[in-house]
Amino acid sequence: MKNKEPLILAVVVVFSLIVYYLVEPYAHHVMHKQVESENFVYADLPAITKTGNVANGKELVMGAGACTGCHSIEVAGVAASMDPVSAAGAYGVNPPDLSNAGVVFDAKFLDALIKNPAEALKVSHKFDESKGQMHPMIPFYGAGGDIDQEVADMVAYLQSIAVSQEELTPKMAYENACGRCHAVGYEKWTQIGEKPKFKYEKDSLAFDIKVLEYQDSLKAYMGKLPPDLSMYYRSRGEHFILTLMENPQNHLAGTAMPRVGVSAESAEKVMEHLKDAADPKRQERAEIGMNVMIYIIIFAIFAILWKKQVWRDLH
Amino acid sequence: MKDNSRRGFMGKAFGAVAGVGAVASLYAMKKSWDPLPSVKAAGFTTLDMSNYEEDVMITEKWRGKPIFVLKKSAKVMKKEEGNPEAEARNIKVGNDNYMIAIGLCTHLGCIPAFRKEEGNFLCACHGGMFDASGLAIKSPPPRGFDIPPFKIDGNKLVLGEVGPEYQAMKDNGVTL
Amino acid sequence: MANFTKATGIKDWLDQRLAIDKVEKVMMSEYWIPKNINFLWAMGMVLVITFALLVVSGIFLLMYYVPTVDEAFNSVNYTIMREVDFGWLWRHVHGVAASVVFLIIYIHMFTGIYYGSYKKGREMIWISGMLLFVAFSAEAFSGYMLPWGQMSYWAGMVITNLFAGGSLHADGLVEWIRGDYVPAQAFLGRFFMLHVLLIPLAIMGLIGLHFGALRIPHVNNQEGEEIDFDKEAKKYLDGDKAGSKVMRFANDFMSKDMMVVGVYLVFFFYLVFYNYGFAMDPVNFDPADGLKTPAHIYPEWYFLWSYEILRPFGIDLGLILFAFAQVIFVLLPFLDRSPNAVPANRRGLFAIWFWVMLVNMIVLTAMGKLPPEDPFSTIGFVSAVLFVAQWLALPIITSYEKKV
Repeated sequence: MKNKEPLILAVVVVFSLIVYYLVEPYAHHVMHKQVESENFVYADLPAITKTGNVANGKELVMGAGACTGCHSIEVAGVAASMDPVSAAGAYGVNPPDLSNAGVVFDAKFLDALIKNPAEALKVSHKFDESKGQMHPMIPFYGAGGDIDQEVADMVAYLQSIAVSQEELTPKMAYENACGRCHAVGYEKWTQIGEKPKFKYEKDSLAFDIKVLEYQDSLKAYMGKLPPDLSMYYRSRGEHFILTLMENPQNHLAGTAMPRVGVSAESAEKVMEHLKDAADPKRQERAEIGMNVMIYIIIFAIFAILWKKQVWRDLH
Repeated sequence: MKDNSRRGFMGKAFGAVAGVGAVASLYAMKKSWDPLPSVKAAGFTTLDMSNYEEDVMITEKWRGKPIFVLKKSAKVMKKEEGNPEAEARNIKVGNDNYMIAIGLCTHLGCIPAFRKEEGNFLCACHGGMFDASGLAIKSPPPRGFDIPPFKIDGNKLVLGEVGPEYQAMKDNGVTL
Repeated sequence: MANFTKATGIKDWLDQRLAIDKVEKVMMSEYWIPKNINFLWAMGMVLVITFALLVVSGIFLLMYYVPTVDEAFNSVNYTIMREVDFGWLWRHVHGVAASVVFLIIYIHMFTGIYYGSYKKGREMIWISGMLLFVAFSAEAFSGYMLPWGQMSYWAGMVITNLFAGGSLHADGLVEWIRGDYVPAQAFLGRFFMLHVLLIPLAIMGLIGLHFGALRIPHVNNQEGEEIDFDKEAKKYLDGDKAGSKVMRFANDFMSKDMMVVGVYLVFFFYLVFYNYGFAMDPVNFDPADGLKTPAHIYPEWYFLWSYEILRPFGIDLGLILFAFAQVIFVLLPFLDRSPNAVPANRRGLFAIWFWVMLVNMIVLTAMGKLPPEDPFSTIGFVSAVLFVAQWLALPIITSYEKKV
């Protein structure tokens, strides 16, 4: 009698794959908006045409009424004028330390941000000057010379003081780009920094209260508390997070979340940090997976050989 | 034979006694699944009605359920005019008119989203829609939003207590 | 009184007390299986192995899982996934096995329908099997609550709301099931109990019944041939192994079972390590939030077909048809009026009925996940009507079937 098993197997496999295709790739394709990656080129922002002068940039950044009025630059010895909680009370969110801004953020983005924050951050729907809604970061109107040259100088200075791309760790990239709004509980990160180990419960609670106060300001500023990102790599996936960072409006039109403005390399590092939080055992899984697969194939081969031997007498 | 039937009778009698015990223990088991007194007691929420702005939908929380509070503007009230079903659901506190309802779709309990532009609610689960007075305007939800028991106390509203306005709504079948 | 003699060895000692020789014969070496079967007959063993994987991985998850609304999510995603050595492995094995077990159950079920293995003395095998399906469904649903993510919470909300019975508006019953007005601590606690104790106990009991129901009628074969098992067994025992139509369960058939299991495990572990996403919905990696409904709510893939029967209709009719879909498969042995217990391809109209049913259930499954908008809701509506119509037509088309 003809052996029907290959045909039966084909029927089972084909039907299973059809079900899989329909309920997974196809259904998710229909349910979720498709947003293509723009590879962090920021095509809407003008290119920097001038070559920056670091020394000149330093003077502009440190100058009266310029960046250091609100931002700290720890590597250059400029301390923060306020603690994070008071700063958030004043501005809505703690203005970032600029030590590594030059490496984390894209140069074109920094250039545009200094000239027109609301525009560069893609939050002009929320901060409409004509309605008197000012973005807490004041645009740089120029120090009397060619504004393009001056801003190029400032960007050049920020790049000169930052660590190199190789030295930038995933954690540093995350803290600079996302950490002032988004906690990562599984990495002990709060919006005001990593929660230290306290000896006394009272100190621990005092820290928690500071976090809550900071979050209250942030909530008022953003409309709602930005979510904890501990499990975002698994709940949203890599593609969503990268394209959201690139331009939040593409996913959530009208959202209060600003464009992050990171360079492509820094975006990869932010992603790495989120993977470490949500899926820290992924390397181990890949290695053990390989070993288990090799073993289980050997197991199957032995099972097939045993069956062949037993069945030899049955035919 | 006689002995046998007697044993048969005693066997049945024993079975009946055992059955009584089993049924009695079922009662205890049923009661153990009931909501706890502490859960039932935590059922009152007071809303200060002076906090709301016109046409801004606010979600409050009562017994773990979302409560939609929408202070209706004159425009919305005009739209409802002549619609007895919508008017019957209107809740008047002082001089202001409100839509107050349990913010769960009456189909299967998802939370519909308020669409400011359209001034209505859309449920993402199965596509049901409700208007600004809480009436269902698109199937599958079988009826408008349920209204939580409430009592008006000056400019405050206590959810969980039954006031005369709520009792009237219940008696007239406006809400279940 | 039994007569015990001095044992000649451990085996004999045990045999005198437990009759292991006899048990071994009844369950293994003289449990006769027809030779004329294919690999689909090994799905039972594949299910046993998958259930064993679920039990073992579940035991290790149970040691660190915390069934409270505040801690459940973190105990799974932080403690088990990040801290416990190999915790991720148990979780992925458990999640993937919970999904794959339903794929195998469906294959097993449709095998039974195709070959008519629910007829002529095999009714109890079918009924106990369908009870197992119900128990596994309850086990899967209760387990899905435990990570207490967004999908856990909202699936719990939507499914328990079904018990309000539509227009009956039995809110009291819903609140009784939940132990609260919404899914909360009482709800999580009781579903945890059901998942780790009561339902597994029921499943183990039903597996015993399912196996027991198989022993007297024996398994079917792929031609529906009626075999005289006593005669064929004698032939085998007399040495004509090749000429007999039957073989021993162990080791003869068991070796084939294990071959299929071996191939299956390659597929299974590939999923566990490299393609687990389908079994762990991304939305459930967001912690439960009773004030925020996810954009799309859908059950796991194996419940989609019955969910889609509920969805296109108004609430009352939807619930009635949903209930119909849940119980109708159990009644299959009685709705099939045909005298034939042979493969569907030899049964005329029934063959068409079978393939339409299979394809239609796949269509329902796909539509159940897609958003409720056209054209999907129209296709779903037509499919749901067809599903009901097919079951109503079954007694009629089978009663006209000629004896083959």
